[in-house]
Amino acid sequence: MNLAGPMPTPYIPAMATTIFTKKPPGVTDPTEPALNSPPTELQTAFVKKPKLTGSKKKKRDIPEGLWTKCPKCETMLFDKELDANLKVCDKCAHHFSIGARERIHSLVETCSFEEMDAQMISVDVLGFTGAASYKDKLASNWKKTNLKDAVITGIGKIGPHRAGLGVMDFSFLGGSMGSVVGEKLVRLIERSTEKNLPIIIISTSGGARMYEGMFSLMQMAKTCAALAYHARARLPYISVLTNPDYAGVMASYASVGDLILAEPGAFIGFAGPRVIKDTTQADLPPGFQTAEFLLDHGLIDAIVPRKEMKARLIGYLDFLTVRQNNSAAATA
Amino acid sequence: MKHQLDFEKPIIELQGKLDDLRKHPETHSMGVNFEEEIKLIEAKIEETRRQIFSNLTPWQRVQLARHPKRPYTLDYLRTAFTDFEELHGDRLFAEDRAIVGGFAKLGDQRVVVLGTQKGRDTKENILRNFGSAHPEGYRKALRLMRLADKFGLPIITLIDTAGAYPGIGAEERHIAEAIAVNLREMTLLDVPIIATVIGEGGSGGALGIGVADRVLIMENAYYSVISPEGCAAILWKERSAASKAAQALKITAKDLLHLKLVDEIVTEPLGGAHNDLTAAAATLKQHLLKHLGELQALPAAERLKQRYAKFRAHGHFLERAPTPGEQAETARKSARKSAAKSAAAIPATAA
Ligand SMILES: [Zn+2]
Repeated sequence: MNLAGPMPTPYIPAMATTIFTKKPPGVTDPTEPALNSPPTELQTAFVKKPKLTGSKKKKRDIPEGLWTKCPKCETMLFDKELDANLKVCDKCAHHFSIGARERIHSLVETCSFEEMDAQMISVDVLGFTGAASYKDKLASNWKKTNLKDAVITGIGKIGPHRAGLGVMDFSFLGGSMGSVVGEKLVRLIERSTEKNLPIIIISTSGGARMYEGMFSLMQMAKTCAALAYHARARLPYISVLTNPDYAGVMASYASVGDLILAEPGAFIGFAGPRVIKDTTQADLPPGFQTAEFLLDHGLIDAIVPRKEMKARLIGYLDFLTVRQNNSAAATA
Repeated sequence: MKHQLDFEKPIIELQGKLDDLRKHPETHSMGVNFEEEIKLIEAKIEETRRQIFSNLTPWQRVQLARHPKRPYTLDYLRTAFTDFEELHGDRLFAEDRAIVGGFAKLGDQRVVVLGTQKGRDTKENILRNFGSAHPEGYRKALRLMRLADKFGLPIITLIDTAGAYPGIGAEERHIAEAIAVNLREMTLLDVPIIATVIGEGGSGGALGIGVADRVLIMENAYYSVISPEGCAAILWKERSAASKAAQALKITAKDLLHLKLVDEIVTEPLGGAHNDLTAAAATLKQHLLKHLGELQALPAAERLKQRYAKFRAHGHFLERAPTPGEQAETARKSARKSAAKSAAAIPATAA
């Protein structure tokens, strides 16, 4: 696997049945500033994605038996099997993007998830027009994703544990963080603190949503502030990094978990690889910014394959939340 | 004069004439009254300055914020502050000279002060990495802030950076994590914190020392989620659209105050802070002392509550999509409003 940046074959879905992105994920340029120019040709959180269809529509429109080619091992995979396999290639374990709703479904006990702020939507606070207007971007993303914004939050049961769960979706404006993402996460964190619940946030993002200007930057401070109080209450916070995860999200809540987990092969970092290359004029080391690289460099506690995620989360929560008496045992 | 911005040229030219006149009066002893002419040019300079600086575009402000003669953190440390004692190192990996910090006095108050520091020339810029910090800078900042917290010393931060450094080592040592930890930890420090953007407020790299009870910004500074050039490259597909991006992003002091993203603007002397460092420093000091006094009058618990509430309030959204009826109502209202005043483009916070 070519780890030094973009993955080899840009994958173009044969049919719009899955929700991975058109571009190889590692090259997502976050919206963090570069010291020098970002490259002129950017693949950002704002590039056009292949049309995304909700699972309902998929079942209605598309006959069974369609396949998808794995970008890593080039195996042809049946969509139905790929879906059943949580969008992981069963030949090479390549992790395709997975939508927030599918992911939540894969983690929580049936009917236990109470979604919060399901209707909250972004507003064009700056009146951002230019080459693209924010209003148009929002409208097209609402339509194409069937999502209201880039995160779904709520409280659900994972095994025996009730927990606050925030799951981002890259298909909505590249998982970019604006006021809605920040507000929904902060309400989730605050409620979890109030109710003594652990929090799990599964992130994927190109960074801050620049259409909201400084309001998007402030979501970084806002989410971390809420997590500070959650941490002070000695409640567990598990951050799960998934492909791709960059910039404003990485420089805020995603990086302050008690545990930081990552999916295999995920590209994770602060600045995008191209920005770094342009700034430093240096060759990037092999595997740069992959989950495996970051585990070796000390950021990540464990790399957890998607199919093991639920069991591992339950295990960690078991370990952290069952109170143990440490002082009464020692008698002479 | 080597360093000048395009829009400063008329002033620089007049300044040149003035200098010539002042140099030569003795050689032309024909009874011409140069005193009068000098006064005239001085008045002209003042007037030109006023004209130019009262009508700056956002992009011109960005250029002023990056002016090579603009006062940097260390310039304020030897003017607005006294007795600066620099302290070095993050105790983990290295000393990052893109962030300076240490003990200082502000008036008769002992404070811990830190800020991002650019270089004045190539040599110093290499030392300072052009003011773009590595993880070590943010970790040093946190070490010093914890020191301040332990000994009850207020924290003053000065922000002037294009952004945190996008480099290989910075990624290998987790610059995103270093910033994120600062955001979380600064939330809970007991001592008063005042942050001032004195030049460039470059995104996460600025915010990494910017969580504070009061966030001030100097008149010609800017604070942005992305550089205008970066935004232009992404949304306009050309960096030359930076001036449009600067406008759209609402990054000037005035815009940010209007959006309630900063607490106060620190006015600069006419012509910008670089035109009169002494005056700029005096004003900064005055603002810092005022806010420090107000913050010190509060119990720590109340300060923390207010600090949280302040950042908690940033953001605009709707609880749900408006119904067609509500949409029509909003349209009617905004039409009425924009007829009255065009600056009312901000929907009410739904929080
Ligand atoms: Zn495969």
